[in-house]
Order: sequence, then C-alpha cells, then structure tokens
Amino acid sequence: MSELAGLVAIVTGGTSGIGAASAKLLQEAGARVVSADIQESKECAGRFVRHDVASEESWKSLLADVLAREGRLDIMVNNAGIAGGPGTVETTSVEAWRKVDAINSEGVFLGCKYAIQGMKATGARKPQSRGSIVNISSIAGLIGSAGPLAYTASKGAVRLLSKSVALYCAEKKYNIRCNSVHPGGVDTAIFNPVWQLLGREGGKALIDARHPIGRMAQSWELGEVVLWLASERSSFVTGAEMVADGAVTAGLMRRSVLG
Amino acid sequence: MARLDGKVVLVSGGASGIGAATVRLIVREGGKAAIADRDDTRGKALAGELGKSAHFVALDVTQEASWQSAVEATIEIFGGLHGLLNAAGVGARNDIESCSLAEYRWVNDVNSFGTFLGCKAAISAMKGSGGGSIVNISSVLGLRGASYAMAYCASKGAVRALTKHVALHCAFMKYHIRCNSVHPGYIDTPMIAPRLEQPVGNLSGREWLEQLHPVGRLGRADEVANMILFLLSDESSFSTGSEFVCDGGLTA
Repeated sequence: MSELAGLVAIVTGGTSGIGAASAKLLQEAGARVVSADIQESKECAGRFVRHDVASEESWKSLLADVLAREGRLDIMVNNAGIAGGPGTVETTSVEAWRKVDAINSEGVFLGCKYAIQGMKATGARKPQSRGSIVNISSIAGLIGSAGPLAYTASKGAVRLLSKSVALYCAEKKYNIRCNSVHPGGVDTAIFNPVWQLLGREGGKALIDARHPIGRMAQSWELGEVVLWLASERSSFVTGAEMVADGAVTAGLMRRSVLG
Repeated sequence: MARLDGKVVLVSGGASGIGAATVRLIVREGGKAAIADRDDTRGKALAGELGKSAHFVALDVTQEASWQSAVEATIEIFGGLHGLLNAAGVGARNDIESCSLAEYRWVNDVNSFGTFLGCKAAISAMKGSGGGSIVNISSVLGLRGASYAMAYCASKGAVRALTKHVALHCAFMKYHIRCNSVHPGYIDTPMIAPRLEQPVGNLSGREWLEQLHPVGRLGRADEVANMILFLLSDESSFSTGSEFVCDGGLTA
C-alpha cells in the first residue's frame, strides 16, 4: 500500500507505545517517518531523531533536520506524553504539575506551532501539502476519573488547543487539519507503574474490566486511528475529537468494575 | 433566611469583574467574602464599601505559598471556609503561530495552574470542617475552540477537565466538597475591555462580540454571579463535576 507515498511524517514519542505503532503503520502506508523521541530504540520505524518535546530549541533543530533531509513535512503526530505518577488534587506537587504540563501541554503546543511552520514551507512543492496534525489527548481530557490530576488538566488543554489550531488553519486556508485522539486504556509502558503496584495480571484484569468491551486496547488499534486521521480518508475531519475507548465514555456500565 | 447565611467564601480575582460581582452577591445573601486579589487598591475599596462581611486578602494565584496564607487569613478573619470561587484569570489574544512559549505558559499559569493551587489549598482547609463548594470559572472557550485565543482555550480546557477530577476525588474521599465549572460567554468586564476597541471587519469590537451571542448582547457580571451563587449555596447540593453554561445561547 502506498497511500502516503511521497509524504513525510514526524511522530513524537515514536519509539514506544501508540507512537511506535503509529510510526509503523504510517511507514507501511508509504510515508517517510521520523521517530522523534527522548529514548532511542533500534527497532523504531523510520529514522530516529533524539528530541525533547518540552524544549523549543529541540523543536527548532528537529524541524530544520526534517526539512533539510526529508525536504518536506505533511503529517505531525504529537504523541509524546507522560502520566506523571498517581497524584490527586491533594497530593500533586507544583514540580509534578510543571513536569507533566511541560511535556503534555507545552510539548503539544510547540509541536503544532513547528508543524505548521514545516507544512507551510512544504506547501509549494509536489505533491501539494495537505497537512494533518494529530494530537494524542486521552479520555482523561473528557472525564474526571481516568487519570491523575495534572495529566487530566494537560489532556483537557490538548483537547481545546487542537480545536483552536484547527479553526486557525481553516481560516488561514493553510490546508492543514488538526484533530485530537482520546484513547481509553492502552496496553503500553504508561501503565508500568500500575503493573508494578498490582502485578501485571491483576492490574490488567482491573483495567480491562473498566472498559465495557472488557479489555484494554492494543497500541496498533490507536495507530489505526492516527493513520486514518493522517490520511486523506479523513479530509473533511478537522477540529474533531476521535474517541477510541472501548465505550468507557459512552455511559453507565450495568456491572460495577469489580462486579 | 438568606441563601448563604453563615458561609465564608474566598473569591480569587475578587476585586473586579465576575469575582467582584459575586462578592457583592455573597454579602447580600448573608455570606462573608474574602476578596483575594493582586490588586489591593480595588480590593480594599470594595471591602470598605461592603463593611464587615467582606475583607481583602492579598493573593497571587500562581504561588502555592500565597494561596496558603490567603486561606489562613480568611479563616482567621471569618472563622472558617465553606466555599471557593476561582475567578482570577487572564484573557489573551494569540494564535498557534504568534503565541510564544512564554505567553502560553503565563496564560496557563494564571488560569489553570492557579485554579489547581486554589482547589488544593481550599480542600485542605475544608475537608476537616464539614465540606463546601468550589466553583471554577472556565469559559465557553473551554467548550469550543477559537482561532484567536489558542492559549486561553488550552487553559480553560484544562480547568474544565481538572474540575471533574477534583469533584470525583472529593466525592470518593467523602469530603462533602462539591466542585463545578462555570462557562461564561463574553461578559462586559475589564478583561474584555481591550477587545471592545478592536474592530473586526466592518463591525466595532463590541458589535462583533455581541453578534456572537444569539441574544444579541454581552453578558453582565451579575448574571454570571447568580449562577455562581446557586453553585456556592446548598441549593445545588446534588451538583458536582458538572459544566454550567451562562452564554446567551452562544454554544447552543
């Protein structure tokens, strides 16, 4: 399949979890992929570039690198994020808030800003750029029971800033779409602290049961959502919230979590 | 009996706008208000006008230590704390291309980080003394995007989400503390004054903002204060974790 042939994608947090799955699917669809991550992995899809999403300098050099070596930018997946530990409103420290916000909220803000720069620079070349920015939020950006406090706030920020970016690009006629993705529980390293606490089997059973369909998602299932939003199959979709959560946010469950 | 008899409410941003209008209503309904603000001139003037039921306390919402001393001062002056209104906020016009990281951080620090710190400080004071009600001012721009207010949208989206977390945490812990968000449209306060001067197309700034609202006018601060009063009072005792919209039909 070469649906995305000739296009260039950046995936932040591209070496693990949803990011790695997205990078792999984008590459299989024909895109040239840059997996930008703070942690190196030899197995990641595409070309690895070390990148800290919380650093504006790092964004500047990443964009310069991609435009110089790949010649264009079409797809930006702002996936890098951290859970930041199990803080509630009472136990979250100022330092913990700042760390989570720097990566999850400021990192996505910078990702959108530099993506637009790169996509505008690409505009005149062939094939014509039809940019797509995909921001990974969470069901924690929609409901209050799905994550720690600082994480929840940061994902609420991503949800709304994505809409602002979508409207701005539409008004400017940039031909750039921007959407947010809201996964439920996905079986990635972000749950490692939970597994450490409850054991992988017991912890997973608990998280599985919180999803009406009875299981967590696999990374590739979110990668498919990212691929769809990145491709022209979603050409009329912008400013939208794509929920992929096994019905967690759909309503009430007849059986309790432990029932 | 008045609707807030015996209740003490700390109001961040209480010296102007929606905060000040709510302070007046709290006092009128039998409550006590701590006017917590950076602006001590206006804060003290309002306190002086309202007499013994209102008092000014200095507050920088972005500093955790400042929140602790404001809460302590409120309890020392009025003998308790039963409510918190997080009304302090900044408006900023910026889009994704023009906004600097420093500006993004400033808007989010005041609007969302400041609201988090306020909730944290108030819960610590209220959880052992019978509970209370927290009201966080988000915005219609925490519900809908706007191209010209990117950082503000992000900060109000954060307030909307964190409010639900706070509500569920307090319910789970059986603190008897409720927490809700209020989403005003464009309200005729000092925050939007700069917008009124900026024409959009062939409309004046005021006309453009007015036509965004199906009712054809801006909101008044006292109209939002009426909704906040309901949420601070026991009239709303079954409402928590919810979004209360006061926008002249804008999001309809």
